[in-house]
Amino acid sequence: MTGPQSQISAGGGSDNSGDDAFEAGQAQLNTTGTDDLLDEIDGLLETNAAEFVRSYVQKGGQ
Amino acid sequence: MTRFMGTETEYGIATPSDPGISPILTSTHVVVAYAAMNTGARSRWDYEEESPLRDTRGFDLRRYHTVPVVDPDAVGIANVVTTNGARFYVDHAHPEYSSPEVSNAYDAMVYDAAGDVIMRKAVADVQELYEQGVSILKNHEPCPPLKIYKNNVDGKGASYGAHENYQYSRRTDFDVLTQALIPFFVTRNVIIGAGRLGIGEAGEQDGFQISQRADYFHQEISLETTLNRGIVNTRDEPHANAVHFRRLHTIVGDANMSQTSNFLKLGMTKLVIDAIENDVDFSDLRLVDPVAEIKRVSHDLTLTHRLALRDGRELTALEILAEYRSRVTAVDDVDERVIALWGEVMELLADDPLKTSHLLDWTAKWSLIKGYLDRGVDISDPKLKLIDLQYSDIDPAKSLYHALVRKGRMVTLATEEEIAEAAQTPPADSRAWFRGAVSARFPDDVIAASWQTMILRFSGGTARFQTNEVDKLTRDHVGEIINSAADTDELVEKLTAVDFAPDHYVTHHNKTHVNKPHQH
Repeated sequence: MTGPQSQISAGGGSDNSGDDAFEAGQAQLNTTGTDDLLDEIDGLLETNAAEFVRSYVQKGGQ
Repeated sequence: MTRFMGTETEYGIATPSDPGISPILTSTHVVVAYAAMNTGARSRWDYEEESPLRDTRGFDLRRYHTVPVVDPDAVGIANVVTTNGARFYVDHAHPEYSSPEVSNAYDAMVYDAAGDVIMRKAVADVQELYEQGVSILKNHEPCPPLKIYKNNVDGKGASYGAHENYQYSRRTDFDVLTQALIPFFVTRNVIIGAGRLGIGEAGEQDGFQISQRADYFHQEISLETTLNRGIVNTRDEPHANAVHFRRLHTIVGDANMSQTSNFLKLGMTKLVIDAIENDVDFSDLRLVDPVAEIKRVSHDLTLTHRLALRDGRELTALEILAEYRSRVTAVDDVDERVIALWGEVMELLADDPLKTSHLLDWTAKWSLIKGYLDRGVDISDPKLKLIDLQYSDIDPAKSLYHALVRKGRMVTLATEEEIAEAAQTPPADSRAWFRGAVSARFPDDVIAASWQTMILRFSGGTARFQTNEVDKLTRDHVGEIINSAADTDELVEKLTAVDFAPDHYVTHHNKTHVNKPHQH
């Protein structure tokens, strides 16, 4: 399991659909398709952000 | 000497459909449900004299034979060892996963991520009980659906920890160690920070900062972990042979979703401790005011802030980290990989921090938030706070971190298969193998297990094993014995034959034998 030989890989071998711009280990990922990305993120966000964030109250821990 | 290490994660927990429920109660649901469905803990509950199962009603579920109903107030109920050798329990008002002891930073990163897998299973178990209208806790309603976050702040003032532990020699001078580590802990946040929207403990001011935890540190050195936190924590509880070892209980880090951030957090810190123990001098890097600087570094997204050193120099966080990097020495392949990646990340950060947004948590999060700011969204918009929170959702369907990975925008180092395996199987090269493998093979016979002890039921009563040496009881040492033993009687016998006898027995006649194994 010790992994000096394991390769840096994208997405844990899972779905890399259509993101041709990405190559493992290279910088330069975020300048392309930012608008598309943010639109997708919008679709993932919990509804009613204000209420969701307000109700997230934790007790302190360590 | 192997630098054994491990992590502890206190997860954020919420029930959005019913926000008023006590998080102590929901955390207990999480751990007890997981313990009942996935471990042999039920036999332990049955075994205890004051059985929390006394009032058991049986519930038939499709996947489980029966579901116990447990008294949540029973001592030690929400505390279980998992088959990968980790500890899963309720701490304060959070479910907490303490990874098994591992020998290197790569495995530490993998076993930290395995905690998310265990937590996801626990959430699914709770969900299934809820859908069947069943509560596993006596006199309580079923637990409504849970949200679990791997972060460190709630934005209202509360902080909860993601701790690292490193074994080191008791011969090492604690003051030298502490003074050498403080400038490192203050500056490493530019690599390992998880990013946070909100400045100040309660997010009094809108704005993005690098670290989740930086605003909660008020002293350089402290024993306390919940108030007056110190950059170096002085807890001296080695969970090992206390004559030879101490454990550096490190509370100043953030919880990481990014595998790169986490791997570097553990790997860089390991290398710096190695150097300190090899008498490398870092005293020239001492800071004038570390407590103020940890906040200034966290609040400066350009990484241009200059920290005041005691010798009069003013250096940036990256310059200080470069000094540390130049003085550490690799002793194995993992170290070499850490040093190389550390260098690559520093080069990109120096050029433009956002060039690391495929690698590091804080820049990944910042690039998303900055994208919205560039679209005209105001910094005070709750949507941005939601992005901060939801980045760390452990549910891949909702997590923004996992969304970035799926989109190929975030580099991973370990595969999902590796991490899933680590949620089941202990690391082979530490005593965690014994703890986890015995828990998996003889789940009903584990009466109690902790870092340093394991109490097993056998035909004659119970036998307690002491596991003080972290590098013993490995797979090479006891793997075949555990696999081949037909039952715990045979296990006790075979372990005794390789000089690993129980140190304490209790027989059915309620007689106690200390260091006097039965004569077979």
